[in-house]
Amino acid sequence: MEKLISASLIGLSQGAIFALMALALVLVFRSTRVVNFAQAGQAMVSTYIGWEVVTRTENYWIALPAAALAGALLAAIIETFLMRPLAKRASHGAIAPVASIIASLGVLGVLHSGAAMIWTTEQKLFESPVSVNGIEIGSTVYPFSQADMLIISTVVIVMLTFAFFFQRTSLGLSLRAAAFQPEISRLAGVRVDRVRTIGWALSGAAGAVVGVLVTPGNYLSPFSLDILLVYGFVAAVIGGLESPQGAALGGLILGMSLSFTSIYVSSGLTFIVPFIVLLLILLVKPKGIFGGGSSRNA
Amino acid sequence: MSLVVRNLSVDHGAIRAINNLSFIVEKRRLTAVIGANGAGKSTLLRTLSGLIPATEGKATWGEHNLLKGKAEQHVRNGVSHVSEGKSVIPELTVEENLDLGALWRRNKKEADATKKYVLELFPRLGERLKQRGDTLSGGERQMLAIGRALMSKPQLLLLDEPSLGLAPLVVEQIFQTIRDIANSSDLTVLLVEQNAMGALKIADIGVVLNLGNIVAIGPSADLIADPAIRAAYLGY
Amino acid sequence: MHSTHRRRLILFIVVGAVLFYFSSRVGILRLYQGSTVSMYVIAIGSIILLTGYSGQISLGNGAFMAIGAYVAVLSQLYLDLPFFLTFFVAVLGAALAGLVLGIAAARLTGPYLAGATLALAVALPSIANLFPVLGGEQGLGYDSGNAPSLFGEVARFKWLFWISSLAALITCLLLQNILKSRYGRAWKSIRSNSVAAELTGINAAKSKVLAFVLSAGIAGLAGAVLTMSLGTVSPSAFPLSLSFALITGAVIAGISSLLPGSLVGAVVLVGMSQLVGALTTRFEIGDVLAQNLKELIVSALLILAVVFTPNGPGEKIREMRDHRKHHSHGGHR
Ligand SMILES: Nc1ncnc2c1ncn2[C@@H]1O[C@H](COP(=O)(O)OP(=O)(O)O)[C@@H](O)[C@H]1O
Ligand SMILES: [Mg+2]
Repeated sequence: MEKLISASLIGLSQGAIFALMALALVLVFRSTRVVNFAQAGQAMVSTYIGWEVVTRTENYWIALPAAALAGALLAAIIETFLMRPLAKRASHGAIAPVASIIASLGVLGVLHSGAAMIWTTEQKLFESPVSVNGIEIGSTVYPFSQADMLIISTVVIVMLTFAFFFQRTSLGLSLRAAAFQPEISRLAGVRVDRVRTIGWALSGAAGAVVGVLVTPGNYLSPFSLDILLVYGFVAAVIGGLESPQGAALGGLILGMSLSFTSIYVSSGLTFIVPFIVLLLILLVKPKGIFGGGSSRNA
Repeated sequence: MSLVVRNLSVDHGAIRAINNLSFIVEKRRLTAVIGANGAGKSTLLRTLSGLIPATEGKATWGEHNLLKGKAEQHVRNGVSHVSEGKSVIPELTVEENLDLGALWRRNKKEADATKKYVLELFPRLGERLKQRGDTLSGGERQMLAIGRALMSKPQLLLLDEPSLGLAPLVVEQIFQTIRDIANSSDLTVLLVEQNAMGALKIADIGVVLNLGNIVAIGPSADLIADPAIRAAYLGY
Repeated sequence: MHSTHRRRLILFIVVGAVLFYFSSRVGILRLYQGSTVSMYVIAIGSIILLTGYSGQISLGNGAFMAIGAYVAVLSQLYLDLPFFLTFFVAVLGAALAGLVLGIAAARLTGPYLAGATLALAVALPSIANLFPVLGGEQGLGYDSGNAPSLFGEVARFKWLFWISSLAALITCLLLQNILKSRYGRAWKSIRSNSVAAELTGINAAKSKVLAFVLSAGIAGLAGAVLTMSLGTVSPSAFPLSLSFALITGAVIAGISSLLPGSLVGAVVLVGMSQLVGALTTRFEIGDVLAQNLKELIVSALLILAVVFTPNGPGEKIREMRDHRKHHSHGGHR
């Protein structure tokens, strides 16, 4: 019973992180058809910005929005100055289907090495505003801390805010329309290019929040968020790459699978579980759980 | 204000889809461009609405140069385009599809008034506001597409084959609605159709397009009366 | 035999002879770099076949290299296979893994395949820690043997260079023939229009799986060659960044140019280390900068390449020539 509760709680907290990372990837993919591997690097650089803020102000609650802002800005720059021109330049030939993936790998490398030059590869600590120790109930200590609760509640708040924004605001409607049917949206007067940049910016902010949430309790280095990219991507693919709900579900499935296998089977399986879960789901649904409904022109 | 097209040519790579086209559409006229599949009708509209670039020539609506700027800017200058094949977004609700056309409008009161007008024009849409676009019938979708375009309060409306794939009865209804819109408002309409007879019947002016060239132009009644046109395009 | 085949074979022998000649006239560093370049040529070739021809993307070819490497080592350890046979087994093992994943992947498109192969690249090295027989983090040793006595006393690095460059030459020859064959044409036509290709009687799914299997097998060979030059195999030799480096190498000179593309890519990857080393000493760059300069340059190069010569410099040059000829105007949006 204790084991079951522990596994569920850990799974929930990990799942929340994966879900938010997945959401960041989904936001970019659905609006521009780009699988953005640079997301890990963008989140990492934003988290360093947050770390700089924390070391100066000693206030986590200023660092979080500061990092989100930095993430949004960085993403908007990448979209405007790299991805948008690339979409036009590499639209034909053998490179066309993979150009954006490849460019995003290049960006990831630049951010990795750039960050290592600026902040060195030495691990940086990022204090959590709340306790990172397990919660004691009765005589048992659960591997679930206030920091985990912070993660879960922040992710839930961010997700609900996104849902409200997309469903209830004009800008959200523009974003959805431009993602589904860019041409019709243009004809309706939506400034699709601008809206896409906003989509990237939101994604960058979400990624930054992921970084600032997970780093306390761990450490920060130029490579420390890379593995989250893999998990986030797997979660996004499980969910179908296009749907925010899919991202949330994918994150939860992955988080639970990981925590249950590591508690009930072996913690050595951490890297293999995502691959197996992904393969199993893709074998049944090659376009993820929520994906592949309608065919659309990009 | 009028639509002036002068020596317009448009290429798709090596294919010339529109060749040295010139015509004028006077304000408040309903003009039908008819021609077979591949005549270049869609290409013409897509060029005028800023979706694809022209190779040569001029096209203006009033003081606006239609060959410059993006589609989203043209809408703001009063040019709305209903593209071929029921141009609605299936994933959005009927209401969202309509709202989309007026998102850019600053004056929300006016936009609401337009919405009321559109829903009076198409009461069937009003009954289905919360339904997703892809749950509508073909005819309803076409109404939604036209409604969305009207939401932008256009002065020039470009319609690409609104009758495509619809049952004859529905086609008649749609054509009648288009005629009504043109009569009751300040709108100039450029209607592109393969259904030549239906389009010419409601149009003031007809333009016959063949392989990117104008082969006939004139009052639509004259075109309907012309034996050569009847034989080649009206099928009797 | 076809005359183009024969011409390629003759060229291959000539190049081999030239390499053999030079192997006795250069130092150990050059020989080592030569082996590394050969390894990259093979590995990049596997990407060019998969991505440049059949239009699929794999972020996991580093994982297939790892499979090849471990199969080679295990077959030497437990089956006592002579070392050139371990290469064959390595190819077969990796190809088999490619078959399994390829059958699953045939239903996956673009980003979904990227996701599956990325997860594989991350998953695979960690398997080494699960099974003691794989030697954990330390890995296992590999004996790359000695040159046959008929060559007399051959220095280790020279011998390693011979083997790797021979492997690279054979791979290029085979790949060249495959890519120019009807399979190569089928891949290209599927990539540009899979519906149209199906109509002409090509089985797109089967054809894609075949590309995946071949690509995995070739990557396996590259893994075996890498293990041979290192004399050992361990999970840390196959990080995710290896898979990414291969893609970089494949893109720099045009994703569908096997030759000289793969060679240029390999030389750039290897040469960059040397160049950065030289720059560091010349300009007395600090340690932190120096350590990361290479990745920065390689990544920046990747971005510039994909933006400015998306399909390789070859296409760019052709384009410019055509442009001048037709003097065409009007951009495409
Ligand atoms: N995107 C495109 N790429 C290449 N050729 C095109 C494209 N769109 C249309 N065409 C060609 O241009 C010509 C005119 O097409 P279109 O304007 O769609 O005609 P219509 O709408 O009258 O049927 C046709 O020959 C068609 O094949
Ligand atoms: Mg058409």
